[in-house]
Amino acid sequence: MAEVHTPKPDEHDNVYAGLLANDAHWAFGTRPEDLRSEDPLAGVDTTVPDGVDPTALAAYCLMLGDDALVLSHRLSEWCSRAPDLEEDIALTNIALDLLGQARLLLVRAAAADPAEVPILPEGSPVPDEDRLAFFRDDSQFRNVRLVEAPNGDFAETITRLLLFSTWRLALFQRLLRSRDAVLAAVAAKGVKELTYHRDFAGRWFLTLARGTTESRRRLLAGLDALWPWWAELFETHQVERSLAQAGVGVDPASLAAEVEAVLAEVFVASGVDRPSTRPGIEGRTGRDGRHTEALSRMLAEMQVVARAHPRGRW
Amino acid sequence: MSSVVATAELEAQFEATVGRKDRIEPRDWMPEAYRKTVVRQVAQHAHSEIIGMQPEGAWIGRAPSLRRKAILLAKVQDEAGHGLYLYSATETLGVSRQQLTELLISGRQKYSSIFNYPALSYADVGTIGWLVDGAAICNQVPLCRTSFGPYGRAMIRICKEESFHQRQGFELLMTMMRGTDEQRAMVQESVDRFWWPSLMMFGPPDDDSPNTEQSMAWGIKTHTNDELRQRFVDMTVPQAEALGVTLPDPDLVWNEERGAHDFGQPDWDEFWAVVKGNGPCNAQRIAHRTKTWEEGAWVREAALAFADPDTPSPGDADPATTEGRHE
Repeated sequence: MAEVHTPKPDEHDNVYAGLLANDAHWAFGTRPEDLRSEDPLAGVDTTVPDGVDPTALAAYCLMLGDDALVLSHRLSEWCSRAPDLEEDIALTNIALDLLGQARLLLVRAAAADPAEVPILPEGSPVPDEDRLAFFRDDSQFRNVRLVEAPNGDFAETITRLLLFSTWRLALFQRLLRSRDAVLAAVAAKGVKELTYHRDFAGRWFLTLARGTTESRRRLLAGLDALWPWWAELFETHQVERSLAQAGVGVDPASLAAEVEAVLAEVFVASGVDRPSTRPGIEGRTGRDGRHTEALSRMLAEMQVVARAHPRGRW
Repeated sequence: MSSVVATAELEAQFEATVGRKDRIEPRDWMPEAYRKTVVRQVAQHAHSEIIGMQPEGAWIGRAPSLRRKAILLAKVQDEAGHGLYLYSATETLGVSRQQLTELLISGRQKYSSIFNYPALSYADVGTIGWLVDGAAICNQVPLCRTSFGPYGRAMIRICKEESFHQRQGFELLMTMMRGTDEQRAMVQESVDRFWWPSLMMFGPPDDDSPNTEQSMAWGIKTHTNDELRQRFVDMTVPQAEALGVTLPDPDLVWNEERGAHDFGQPDWDEFWAVVKGNGPCNAQRIAHRTKTWEEGAWVREAALAFADPDTPSPGDADPATTEGRHE
């Protein structure tokens, strides 16, 4: 290596010059080796609580993790496309929060039941969270269908975010008392984030409802388009039921009254009636791996590079 | 007559402030040409941040690991933030973000030509961080001392974040070079495509750069294009060696006498063609920005109407909107 040619620090204070210096505190104290070896669950008790079926716990973590991962992807599609820079920053911020929640939950799923993790070629360095995110097919995703629909316009995106964050915040507030230390920790972090997401979405929902005739028309159209997926969020899957009984998870049906009350406040302030549209198809849902056409297409994009390099190191 | 004297005095004060390397602040008197030059340069910089979100933003959805997805999301978000501060700096000179966005999409203001090159693989995310952000840092660090206060202060913050991005880009390439043969080939191919456009980021050679002299006299610009380009090459060569990639320039060689590298010239015809709108992605980038701006108009209008107490609010038992729901 030709260090002799590396310029000395000069009046430019140029960090580019110091790229190879390998100092212990570049860029706000984060070293490259720290970035590579992060254990997202460091310091949290990861033992599966007594009497809990690890396979059910893993499935539950995938449900909550996939909800966040899929909506994070949809929100990130707004990047460089939002109505103004402030909204661009806010939507990517929310996408980042949800991505962070998804990562913790996927790691927890993999640790609880390694059999859930897709098998890659011998010696592949791909970590478990990425195997789960990038090497499962759509039918193995357990997210609710509300989060996978294409974004629609800004009004529809805001409406979905309001619905989802209102529901997930109520869920996470109960999850704070989970017997599983990891889920309780994820909830503690997530509650703060989701409070902001709900606030952001609620303010914009009101603004669009009370803004112009056009913004109101679009908002109501978005609400009508999303409403058929709303009921699914309160259907109890057997995994959710068993984990709720074990004091680890939350039965979503038990959230309905609280969530509807919050939504009703936003609707009243906005002068919007609660839609009465029913789901077109009942029966198996996203929690069982039965999705809409949109998910497979979304995953095709999300997974294309990772799948092309099953031994890749990123 | 007295106004001529007053102007001469103000001019002398302005020159003295610049001469002391002190800052010019928004409420200070400044020559009209100085104001125009600052607005032009800061607007061009702001536009570059916003247009620059596109090539990398396009890879967020395909990021090959969740960690890389988080890093890239945060980075592109930072670029939007840089655009915000810089547009705010121009607002101190009485030019709004809306006016500047309209000048950008109508083609009357420019952005950095580097973003008219496509991002074709995930390695490009790393290369853009390493070389493009690296070149940007070489250009921008001296601007922390630029004479216009709001611009200089914005640059201090921007440079800190850019340096973080640049480290992350280099670290991505380093990691990929430790991966598979395909990944190493991907990195080399990406460096091959971005090397020359990165050198072009410093602008045309000094003898072909009409604005440099006046901008340096005013302290807006503090180094010439060729000085900064040389600095960039000298810093990059050892980094390329550490990565294990070859820089695609057969004339690149250490010159003991000069204490610097000799290197080949970028294709300046290509540079001018891209500046004039004929790069691979000029039309695409502006079309994307235009579509975003136009599609967001109804949202911005709604926010203004909502904030204005004199605009009647829709939604109070309004039959027209109720009808709209069932179209």
